Amino acid sequence: MASVLKIDNLHKSFKVGFIPKKKNILKGITLEVEGGEIFGYLGPNGAGKTTTLKCVLGLIFPDKGQIEIFGHPYLSLRAKERLGYLPENPYFYDYLTASEFLRFCTQLTLVDKKHKEDKILHYLKLVGLEASANLQLRKFSRGMLQRIGLAQALIHEPELVFLDEPLGGLDPLGRKEIRDIIVRLREEGKTVFLCSHILQDIEMICDRVAIILEGEIISQGKLQDLISEKILFTEIILSGVEIEKLAGLGESLSTHGGKVLLKVFEQENIDSVLKLVQAEKGKVHSLVPRTETLEDFFVGRIKG
Amino acid sequence: MKIRAIAANTFREAIRDRILYLLLFFAAASIIFSRILALLTVGDRVKIIKDVGLASLSLFGALMAILMGTGLVYKEIEKKTIYSILSKPIHRYQFLLGKYFGLVLTLFVMLALMSVIFLALVFFHTFSVEWTLLVAIFYIFVEVCLITAVAILFSCFSTPILSSIFSLSFYLIGHLSWGLETTIQKIKPGFGKVLAQVLYTFLPDLENFNFKTEIVHGLSIPSNIHLYSILYGFFYSAFLLGLAIWIFRKRDFI
Repeated sequence: MASVLKIDNLHKSFKVGFIPKKKNILKGITLEVEGGEIFGYLGPNGAGKTTTLKCVLGLIFPDKGQIEIFGHPYLSLRAKERLGYLPENPYFYDYLTASEFLRFCTQLTLVDKKHKEDKILHYLKLVGLEASANLQLRKFSRGMLQRIGLAQALIHEPELVFLDEPLGGLDPLGRKEIRDIIVRLREEGKTVFLCSHILQDIEMICDRVAIILEGEIISQGKLQDLISEKILFTEIILSGVEIEKLAGLGESLSTHGGKVLLKVFEQENIDSVLKLVQAEKGKVHSLVPRTETLEDFFVGRIKG
Repeated sequence: MKIRAIAANTFREAIRDRILYLLLFFAAASIIFSRILALLTVGDRVKIIKDVGLASLSLFGALMAILMGTGLVYKEIEKKTIYSILSKPIHRYQFLLGKYFGLVLTLFVMLALMSVIFLALVFFHTFSVEWTLLVAIFYIFVEVCLITAVAILFSCFSTPILSSIFSLSFYLIGHLSWGLETTIQKIKPGFGKVLAQVLYTFLPDLENFNFKTEIVHGLSIPSNIHLYSILYGFFYSAFLLGLAIWIFRKRDFI
């Protein structure tokens, strides 16, 4: 797949303070996003994720560096016609109703007039807001604003969608629904650039990730290349064995209702624990091997 | 098309703003007050009604332009609504012009409503529709368009309170700068005279749009004066909008 987004050596600084002092926010970001993938852009607060997005979308101007979207300069209308954007903590015109707002968005993009109303209805349904079509946005909850934000980002059917914390403010069910929509976008051949703090969500749906720290990309690549599949430890929940007898076999994390949660690092110790349970006529309730997660990798890289 | 969409949305925003109706109420009250003033004054009552009515239209038109125009762009940046709009295939100048024309349309509708009240009041005294008053109202509208451009220019880089102060100063200077012309004639040649001349050249002269006296007293206005006033209004507004676009295109939306 060809690159749909190319960022090369992007620098951005701001002047801060009463006596303006230059603060470098982005220090040479270079990355490429391929067509049809979900690309996760991770980083702690203040790392420069939103600043990168704002540069790409032309909301702020980089000091140095190149940005290309579908081979076009990033500020050109031809590039912008093919992208959609959901800002973090979205704010929209609160005096408009949901359908008025989407109608306004269709007027700014290349949505065919004939299918405009059908599309508005379709996207309101897609994000679960058809019942609130005639409600003013000022009466929307944060989760509802997130949903209408997603609808406005998708209504012109862009090929590249930038989502900045799309799962923020949503309940668990809402998060699942939005995750499903993001995965469906990939199935339709669209590319998603996803900024998020919620690593489990990124891990579940992203094909490739880049980690940004203090304005620099410290790691990027396919998830399976970054995360080791080696078993780090095994979590065993058991009962019917005295906790003192388990000493030396693993780390006892908690005991509750007669059950013990044990963290075992060595393979031989797992066998010993199982034999002990059998000898004591105890019971194993669960045995879960834990491989490295994106969170482990992320925390490991951030801590250096 | 995109400018039209932004303008229509700005119009919708403005007509849902309570401050507009508050100003409209005071404007109507002020026009009707001219009737009371006419009763208390010796002289031609109709002329007083016309005079005070036109002055009310001019003042409240300018106030509406300043109070709404100064927050127009700033609010978009402050509330971050601008993020989702400017990420769409739209040029920044289209956004700014859309905002401008949307407010101009709102002010046109408001001036039209005030004019209806004003013309009705005059009609009850003269029992004829005085269409010539529309000439004075047209120039008030040209002036309001210029004030809107001023307000939008300040709104691109300053807070609404500061922008309102700047725009109001512009309005006051614009109506007082003709005094400089008299000063230039009276002052002795030297640095002071040159300074007064330079100031007079650069400061706005909003008296170019003040035809109230001529219209109320039925005086004729030469056609070259008409042309000069219209061109002055057009080019001054275009210059201010060009400056606003230049600033707006360069700024970061953090």
